[in-house]
Amino acid sequence: MLAQTATMKWTAVSVRVPTAPRMNDVTAQSATTRLREAKTVSRAIVKVNDLSWMTGGPQGSGVDSSANIFAGACVLGGLWTFGLREYYSSIKGPHSYFEVRVNGDKIRSHVNNVDVLATFDAETLIRHADEVTSGGGILYDPTFANIEIDRVDTIETPVVLRIKARLAKQGLPGTVTGILDEARKRGVNLFPIQYNDIIAKTAAQIGEHQLSKLSRIVNVLSVSASFAILGFDETYLNQSIERAFASKKKVVDMNEIGAKLAYDAAKTQLKQPFPFQLQPIQNQPRLLLMGVEAVALGKLVGGCRVQTYYPITPAADESEFLESHGNFDISAGNNLSQKGSILVTQTEDEIAAITMATGAALTGARAATSTSGPGFSLMVEGLGWAGMNEVPLVITHYQRGGPATGQPTRHEQGDLKFILSAAHGEFPRIVLCSGDMEESFYDAIRIFNYAERFQMPSIHLIDKGLANNSMTISPPKADLVPIQRGKLIQGDHQGNGNGEPYRRFAFTEDGVSPRAVLGMPGYRFWNTGDEHDEMGHIEEDPDNRVKMMTKRMTKLETSAKEIPEDEKFNFFRSSKKQADVTIVSWGSTKGPILDAMKLLERDGIGVEFLQIRLVSPFPTETVKQKLAGAKLVVGIEQNYSGQMAAVIAEKTMIDVKNKIVKFNGRPMSQDEIYQSVKQVISNPAQNRRVVLTHGA
Amino acid sequence: MALKLTDLKTEVHNDWCPGCGDFGIEASLKMALTEMPVDINKVALFSGIGCSSKLVHFTNAFGIHTLHGRVLGYAQGAKLANPDLEVIAVGGDGDGLGIGVGHFVHAGRRNIDMAYIIHDNGVYGLTKGQASPTLHLGMQTKSLPEPNINSSINPIMLALASGFTFIARSYAYNTRHLKEMIKKAVAHKGFALIDALQPCPTYNDINTKEWYGGEDRIDPATKRPMPRTYDLESTGYNGRITADMSEDEVDKNLLQVIEKSREWGDKIPIGVFYQNETVPIYEERISERSPIYLKEPPARQQLAKEDGKSVVNLANLSKGLLFESLVLAQ
Ligand SMILES: Cc1ncc(C[n+]2csc(CCOP(=O)(O)OP(=O)(O)O)c2C)c(N)n1
Ligand code: SF4
Ligand SMILES: [Mg+2]
Repeated sequence: MLAQTATMKWTAVSVRVPTAPRMNDVTAQSATTRLREAKTVSRAIVKVNDLSWMTGGPQGSGVDSSANIFAGACVLGGLWTFGLREYYSSIKGPHSYFEVRVNGDKIRSHVNNVDVLATFDAETLIRHADEVTSGGGILYDPTFANIEIDRVDTIETPVVLRIKARLAKQGLPGTVTGILDEARKRGVNLFPIQYNDIIAKTAAQIGEHQLSKLSRIVNVLSVSASFAILGFDETYLNQSIERAFASKKKVVDMNEIGAKLAYDAAKTQLKQPFPFQLQPIQNQPRLLLMGVEAVALGKLVGGCRVQTYYPITPAADESEFLESHGNFDISAGNNLSQKGSILVTQTEDEIAAITMATGAALTGARAATSTSGPGFSLMVEGLGWAGMNEVPLVITHYQRGGPATGQPTRHEQGDLKFILSAAHGEFPRIVLCSGDMEESFYDAIRIFNYAERFQMPSIHLIDKGLANNSMTISPPKADLVPIQRGKLIQGDHQGNGNGEPYRRFAFTEDGVSPRAVLGMPGYRFWNTGDEHDEMGHIEEDPDNRVKMMTKRMTKLETSAKEIPEDEKFNFFRSSKKQADVTIVSWGSTKGPILDAMKLLERDGIGVEFLQIRLVSPFPTETVKQKLAGAKLVVGIEQNYSGQMAAVIAEKTMIDVKNKIVKFNGRPMSQDEIYQSVKQVISNPAQNRRVVLTHGA
Repeated sequence: MALKLTDLKTEVHNDWCPGCGDFGIEASLKMALTEMPVDINKVALFSGIGCSSKLVHFTNAFGIHTLHGRVLGYAQGAKLANPDLEVIAVGGDGDGLGIGVGHFVHAGRRNIDMAYIIHDNGVYGLTKGQASPTLHLGMQTKSLPEPNINSSINPIMLALASGFTFIARSYAYNTRHLKEMIKKAVAHKGFALIDALQPCPTYNDINTKEWYGGEDRIDPATKRPMPRTYDLESTGYNGRITADMSEDEVDKNLLQVIEKSREWGDKIPIGVFYQNETVPIYEERISERSPIYLKEPPARQQLAKEDGKSVVNLANLSKGLLFESLVLAQ
């Protein structure tokens, strides 16, 4: 199952041996060994459809759009992509970068090395040149050659000092030239691109006298030059440009004309074939999307019709997608217009967001709110109210670096224990964690089903890595997960038939009561945050308290029984029979773990991977069973303390002794997992904690 | 079948203190409901937390007793998801003007078609009499260890500044007047506020029933108390903004609201301070984006076909993200 598929073409076998994690960079080794430990890709060997490409630049300069245009062109050429997006918490100026990995087969993660670095500013060059593989290439603006590193004021001082020291050791100047010389010495191919000339020529061709109007095309020029050295036909780029600027004819024209000039300028510099090549392949139509978009699509398919939010990174992108798709086509509706619509409301704060969504849910609409750390902290009281009143409220929570404002644009899985226990008192909740785009989509439907079937607040837990990274996937199926509304009373009933008053919180065996909604004749009910009787009126009687608490908590057992096993966890095994190591993890580490498993298997290491998806109710028996007999268990997660390991210990009494953690705000790469798992296997210890640190 | 007052009774024991002004507000609301052309099955009452917020349990209509300060969040969410509901929110002055004042302000910006009654008693009743945001500076009600150190919020002026399109005041023990205000507020198209002055005999020993009634001010001529509240309408006041008014006329009217809202002490105006139906309600603004909204609001959309499969056309929805691969001839 994890073997390479036939679509992956190798003209010569060349296994990428990833670099060591960055933490080794600080150890005192000789300059040459300390530099990239990547194996040189020999000139004779050409790697087809397997590379990583990076672009970067000041935030707001079109880094995202150029990366998307690059990825779009690859996907139009039938290839698969994974995009890692890193940005600062500011709008204009500071450095952001976007790494796009391209492959002939589906990929799910990024790697440590960059094979092609496409730059159009000095900073990207300075920061990332040392990540480029020997044999790889750098595209750059030669007019930057004399820029001194310490003059680039958006680079943090420690970074400047580190780079300058590195160059000084090799006797190189602390300038862009020094950076380029260093790269050249390592066997990196350098491709100077005279962006200004190309822009001037483009301007002349379209008859535009103001050069500044064309300055924005520079990022597309670097994309085009990249495709030239990668031997990828220009047509794909042009198509991608047309998609990106669909409605703006003039913008399309200037980009395409410039792209052609840049393509030719780079191509003429090639003395021999570049060791990395892209070749189009035939493929089915696929989606290129980010996690927030996968969630949003799932929500709409899953029937979400009210979404409230207060702007926060990275959650707000989801609401914006929903708002821009607020009216959509439906195929079998009961209305003649064949249209559906979602109401997206930006509220005054997250307290209003959760309370409005809860109010909406009381009317029978599927309603959700979407937030990140600080926002969820504000929502907590409302969460408890929804728990007390058994409201099917959905919260999509995007984890980012905490605590407090933390690292607003950076990745972390630090909220698991908070989400599991947030709000005072005890009440049941569903917590479902998605690991990739497909799961984000399907889980966004399932979470509404769980919320309505078990009548409790239900949290869909995502993380920043998943939210903002992009990936090529086959289109998900709209009808794979049917809509299930549990004990919702449907239709216009006049009373509940037996002459008895309706009891919203009627005691039942499974804890779930038939649910009426506001405005339903004959089904009057009350809600209160106080303990209440079956009608929903305040009741402090101790016997009633015991019964009501038990009723509510019983629903957690009911949900544990009714939710199918394959929605609670995934279990992956490599083809080798005996597993040398059992990885346990959750969330977006799924991608790099699955990709690393391929590499580990190539090395003859048998791997099992238990991906926990449902954390509340917790699949205790499964986890026990999978971990109890394992030869070596390694917990992998992106937080400081190993929060899932703590939950596992609490639920199963199993101590996950070997942990691989990362909390520098950058997602784990395939290479980091590959290496660190090998490290643990070679020397398993009691209470070992490997801290990963790769990422700029 | 006409709705009777007894239909609105519940079995729940009413635990308000004897003589509490909340009784007057409850009675006025129930009378208003029986006199209005509303379907009681569509009425949804929402409340926050406080003595006043228990009202929903004493009333036989859908009753959602929420969190302290958050009544407007829940109420607005329900109304937006199902605009056919007749949503009425109630709560204390601490609830709406203290902890929940942010929501109060923003509700004005939205102008959703619903009504909101604040039980304005100057104290935090349920937590035993601390100062509420409407208690005036320097006042020392019964359970305050020291006189109130904060200035007070003027609910009328705050509502005006926030964009409320119906602003009225009434008095809990003038049930006839309060009932009429509630009927007007519910009939008003837009967000309607009633600041209901409410004596709390247990903790507010300053703004008492006797004080409002002017029992300390005997008219030498009639030998009868001179009530402190007076009806704005009786003075010929008209706070209505209409589409045909000039900017100047509108300005004049707004100033008049501010002027009247500042009266307090011996002359406390009650009645409609301000009404403006020229501002589009939020529901209309949504309809402009989503033409099906009022006909097919979120609460009434069909989500799935008979077999449970989603009705959404995912292919059309995800068109912008779909890439056909166009392999060129090699
Ligand atoms: C978040 C939160 N903080 C504090 C309280 C405690 N509390 C309950 S009622 C109340 C004040 C009630 O005053 P008001 O809103 O004026 O209502 P009244 O009792 O006067 O009708 C407070 C502070 C609470 N329930 N929730
Ligand atoms: S404390 Fe005041 S407001 Fe509360 S019930 Fe008693 S009298 Fe009414
Ligand atoms: Mg009060």
